[in-house]
Amino acid sequence: MNLLESFRIAMRALAANKVRSALTMLGVIIGVAAVILLVAIGTGVQDEVTGSIEGMGSNLLFVVPGQMGSGMSGQASAPSFRFTIQDATLVARRVPQLSAVVPVLQVSGTVKAGNRSMRVTVAAANEQGGSVFSATLAKGRTYRKSEVSAASRVMAIGSTVASNLFPNQDPIGKTLALQGQRFTVVGIYAEQGGGLGGDQDSQVYIPVTTAQRLFNANYVNTIVVKVDNADDIDRMSAEVKRALKPRYGDEFTVFSQKQTLGILSTLLGTLTYMLAGIAGISLLVGGIGIMNIMLVSVSERTREIGIRKAVGARTYDILSQFVIEAVSLSVLGGIIGIGIGAGGAALLASFTPVPTNVSMWSVALAFFFAFGVGVFFGVYPAYKASKLDPIEALRYE
Amino acid sequence: MNQTSGPRIVLSTDQVVKRYMLEDVEVQALRGVSLAIHDGEMVAIMGPSGSGKSTLMHIIGLLDHPTSGRVVLEGDDVSSLSPNELATMRNKHIGFVFQSFNLLARTSALANVELPLIYAGVSSTERTRRAREALERVGLGNRMGHTSSQLSGGQQQRVAVARALVTDPSIVLADEPTGNLDSRSGIEVMAMLQELNAQGITVVLVTHDEHIARHAQRVLRVFDGRIQSEDMVTDRIDAVAEMRALPEEVTG
Repeated sequence: MNLLESFRIAMRALAANKVRSALTMLGVIIGVAAVILLVAIGTGVQDEVTGSIEGMGSNLLFVVPGQMGSGMSGQASAPSFRFTIQDATLVARRVPQLSAVVPVLQVSGTVKAGNRSMRVTVAAANEQGGSVFSATLAKGRTYRKSEVSAASRVMAIGSTVASNLFPNQDPIGKTLALQGQRFTVVGIYAEQGGGLGGDQDSQVYIPVTTAQRLFNANYVNTIVVKVDNADDIDRMSAEVKRALKPRYGDEFTVFSQKQTLGILSTLLGTLTYMLAGIAGISLLVGGIGIMNIMLVSVSERTREIGIRKAVGARTYDILSQFVIEAVSLSVLGGIIGIGIGAGGAALLASFTPVPTNVSMWSVALAFFFAFGVGVFFGVYPAYKASKLDPIEALRYE
Repeated sequence: MNQTSGPRIVLSTDQVVKRYMLEDVEVQALRGVSLAIHDGEMVAIMGPSGSGKSTLMHIIGLLDHPTSGRVVLEGDDVSSLSPNELATMRNKHIGFVFQSFNLLARTSALANVELPLIYAGVSSTERTRRAREALERVGLGNRMGHTSSQLSGGQQQRVAVARALVTDPSIVLADEPTGNLDSRSGIEVMAMLQELNAQGITVVLVTHDEHIARHAQRVLRVFDGRIQSEDMVTDRIDAVAEMRALPEEVTG
């Protein structure tokens, strides 16, 4: 007897008990749908985070105080020192191959225009800041080198700031107040959309020198370095370290986006695996349901097995018949579960802010796992069936 | 045993002994049975319950093997074959008709008759053709799509006979074939077995009923695990004549 015949026999048996087959499949359907959906959420979030980090600009190195600095925002934790603008200048002088060296100070403040005001993040940098920030200018210009040197009160603003403070107006050339000081708006940035990295549309950009004076700070949070060629990034990282070593020894860290990405991807990847694992447990429970039903089915159909054996079914024929029944249940359940999981992921993505991504590997994994569950939990009942003594089985009432 | 020296021997047993344990007590079901079944004959194996008749049927039907002794089917020693080899031999050489019909539930008559052919590896179209032929032979050509529950007892037993015939076996082994039937249906089934035998099919009838046994040409009486006697039937019952003698009534 070939596999096709076994398959036909199995299908007929499943069709004969439709409700039971459907309920048994439900366990696998829920398990697989859960795996697909949760992995889709995990992958979606991972993709979005990765995307927003990449949006920060490429070929960047971040220099922060402290030895194990792993933050990506560049906020100083509590190291023994802080970098200054002079440190950035030093790096630029010692490593002239760098295309930009930008001291960045990030603080929060309040901007006001007329009777409107809002809380903003102030990103202060030098005239090269534009090359390391991901935002692009929509209109106007950013501050110039002379304005940085003179600590001028000029400002480029994010799109949300523009629309909140200057509704239906062109803000260029208008003045607004930051911490009570008047600034002239010289540029507006294009809308970026909120990401997990923070709302960049609610930022304002001013010269770092102006910010230090305004907030009475003599330090910067981070020195951001831009390298021309991504292949040079490791070499440049070493150069930057060497430039700062005489001043700070090993008390600072240079890290690249690649490293940040690596850490985050690992973290989110682990989270995704964890979700898949939890969902996998429900799939396992579904498998036990299959085994349970198959055992019931075998004892219910003892007489059928006896008849089949009497007319010439060999051990293998009975074994394959019951294994195929179990696998058909799990695979069919798996396919339906993949459909429901993928559909649920699509619905979630379109009706909630939760990003989802149904990856091929999760579909393949869920499918083969369902298949494996069917084989694993189907073999024992099938083996029991195949080993029945035909005489005993025929006598069975 | 050699009174019919002409026809070839289909199956023979030689000093077959069968012992098994039943709740820690050894039961000696067969104590040395030797018999021969010839091609084209109709033999009844008769005995009361507990005589070892069922055990003998299991051994002749290749459902079991003997503890000692030899069983030879179509010239091959089958006494020590593995369960799978026995299954293949059963499929090829034995057609079963059981007391309780043993058809697959919720399955059409046609599919039931096809069953042995599936395990023989016969192609789907050939299977259907042969199963139809067998059902027509037992007079159920118009009931092929009916499931067991849509057939009367007599019709179910005829489906079982068709299933036994479809592989063209060496022996049709009928175990109390009339046991679950009313007398009219029983006579019909016996008439069919006699007719098939007349067409050259070897029939072995296992029964405790003297009357049923007398439909055969030869009766082997089993008692206490041995063959007690072996007689040619002198006043053989013709089931067709028996049926004619029955008062007219609606069959069913």
